[in-house]
Amino acid sequence: MTPAIELTDVTKIYRRYGGRQFSTLKSALLRRSILRDLRPQETFPALRSVSFSVPRGQTLGVIGRNGSGKSTALKLVAGITKPTSGTVRVQGRISALIELGAGFHPEISGRENVFINGIMLGLSRREVQQRFDEIVEFAELTDFIDAPVKTYSSGMYMRLGFAVAIHVDPEVLLVDEVLAVGDEGFTHKCLDKFAEFKRRNKTILLVTHSLGMVERFCDEALWLDRGEKRGVGDPKRVIGAYVTDVERQEERLLSAGDARVQRESGGAVHAAEGPVEVTSSAVDMAQVPEGRWGSGQVQISDVGLIGDAQQPTHIFHTGEAVTVRLAVRAMAPVTDVVFGVGIFNAEGLCVYGTNTDIEEYDSLAVAADAQVDFHIEALELVEGTYKLDVAVHKRDGAPYDYHRLLYTFRVKSRLKDVGVYRPRHRWIFSPTVTYRLKP
Amino acid sequence: MWRNLGALVRYRGLIQSLVARELKARYRGSVLGFFWSFVNPLMLLTIYSFVFEKILQNQDLALKPFAVFMFSGLLPWTWFSASLLEATGSLISGGNLIKKVLFPAEVLPIVSVLSNLVHFVLGLLILAGFMIWFHHFPDWNDLAWFPVVVLVQLIFTLALALALSALAVHFRDIRELLGNLLTFWFFSTPIIYSYAMPTVKDHMWFFNVNPFFHLAVSYQEILFFHGAGPGSSFGHVWWLLAVGAASGALFLGGYWLFDRLRDSFAEVV
Repeated sequence: MTPAIELTDVTKIYRRYGGRQFSTLKSALLRRSILRDLRPQETFPALRSVSFSVPRGQTLGVIGRNGSGKSTALKLVAGITKPTSGTVRVQGRISALIELGAGFHPEISGRENVFINGIMLGLSRREVQQRFDEIVEFAELTDFIDAPVKTYSSGMYMRLGFAVAIHVDPEVLLVDEVLAVGDEGFTHKCLDKFAEFKRRNKTILLVTHSLGMVERFCDEALWLDRGEKRGVGDPKRVIGAYVTDVERQEERLLSAGDARVQRESGGAVHAAEGPVEVTSSAVDMAQVPEGRWGSGQVQISDVGLIGDAQQPTHIFHTGEAVTVRLAVRAMAPVTDVVFGVGIFNAEGLCVYGTNTDIEEYDSLAVAADAQVDFHIEALELVEGTYKLDVAVHKRDGAPYDYHRLLYTFRVKSRLKDVGVYRPRHRWIFSPTVTYRLKP
Repeated sequence: MWRNLGALVRYRGLIQSLVARELKARYRGSVLGFFWSFVNPLMLLTIYSFVFEKILQNQDLALKPFAVFMFSGLLPWTWFSASLLEATGSLISGGNLIKKVLFPAEVLPIVSVLSNLVHFVLGLLILAGFMIWFHHFPDWNDLAWFPVVVLVQLIFTLALALALSALAVHFRDIRELLGNLLTFWFFSTPIIYSYAMPTVKDHMWFFNVNPFFHLAVSYQEILFFHGAGPGSSFGHVWWLLAVGAASGALFLGGYWLFDRLRDSFAEVV
């Protein structure tokens, strides 16, 4: 059986028409360059040799970062744009939920707009007539259908657009991130409608950033990255690969940030101009901006975060063992030394702070270059972005080298628990309580 | 191109409802509503009549009643110029449709031309009213040619509308340029003056290359003038047919250009 949607080796190159804004008809006529100006000068490949097919009755979820070519793929399938090379084959009537209510005219009534929109989407007047009541009921607009569309709220507008598009009764439904509209109740209704489509053996192509929806809804997932196909197949597997890649990307950005910190402070310590009272309460510390200061007698020349994989990284998973590794350089032997670490969440709240003095290490002395590890056996933090303070200072608080909020790391968690404190915990039920864990 | 042209027939339902929408939406919210379709040309007529009959003292007896004469040329001109002005901006203002919906773009300029055709037909009712008022009736034999002139003008206007709307997507200046060009075109066409004036005859080559000259003269001969020819007094018929043939070719050219640029619309608009 031929697939409902089939893209073979499709490349789409968007053209930026050279200096289009500045070239006027007059100048084009004078230079006799109309046809030349209409030829592209700069090009931007939105899709590069992408092939995929969706068998009839299947649902394919397309995922990928912004600008990865998802919407372009959808527009190609819808026939709104043509591929630069390759072939796009679609069997059956298409309805594209790309922009809802795109053809609505604000001045005329909802009723008239339903008719015109339906006809635009390929229905005949009679077909719209037959479905009219159903459409209005689905959109929950029975009382307002004769009011001009310009008086509608944006939610009403979207609902009407969605209702019309979904009642075109397409063989192939294209959905581009439209479920973000409407309240909870309407979203459920839309999802029910999609489920009904699936039951009726229709083909759905879904472009979304909601990975959960792809996992729940789709038979297959397609991952596009900068116009190229990175993976296709079982949603769980593809989403896993995508999430890993996103993390890797974040990791790159964070380590680039660290490199900048290193470069800017040049490894040297500024004169002691910062607050001397380092052991002050975390509340006060929260007011201090990021930076680096200290006398420089002892320096923290490098800070690394090491996770389970024994590799420096910036992305951790809740529960992972983490080591904050400080490379310490002492110009001369120093006897009055305290090492400290502080973890701050995105709101600037001190999640945890400690130092060797608090933890009763006495007479700590550094004779030469050294390595200090702050080992966390299990990083029990909720998902989010955190910043790190590391410091080496005297017992009275006078800093040798204070790094304030210079290091960023991110914690990922499968569970979306909240708060600043995540105790190790478990649930214990008596046998009269039954449960099942989600897959 | 031919397949697309054929597909246009399938879209007639869409064109129909879009024209209806255009007409409904235009005057929605105004007090006079649809009457503006009548009031607008009447206003224009009042202004020109005042200038030409009272101020410039145009007493050419051949042009009496002046209202009927001028309406014969002014109505088709209004249809023509309003169509072009609207069509030129139609793809740009309809960008949402072109980008987000699978939508045959040529429908938009065509709708502009057709909705103005409806206004033109409504204007004819006023003209008929004036004819009755002044007891100045056209030659019934000539009137058989009237649909032909309308058809020729329709094809001519569609040709320009398609080409201009497609080009305007790339060259936004066309819209500004067009307004001025149409003013020039209006005054170089015998609409508010007679083509029988000796000064017009002196520059006949200039008028002959103007397609709308032939259309306007045809309208005026059919609706206003009573010639002396045997059987039919409509003497401009050969010119009209020539313009018709040229318009047909122009239409194909305009549609070809539109079709060539079609794929760029969704990206450039």
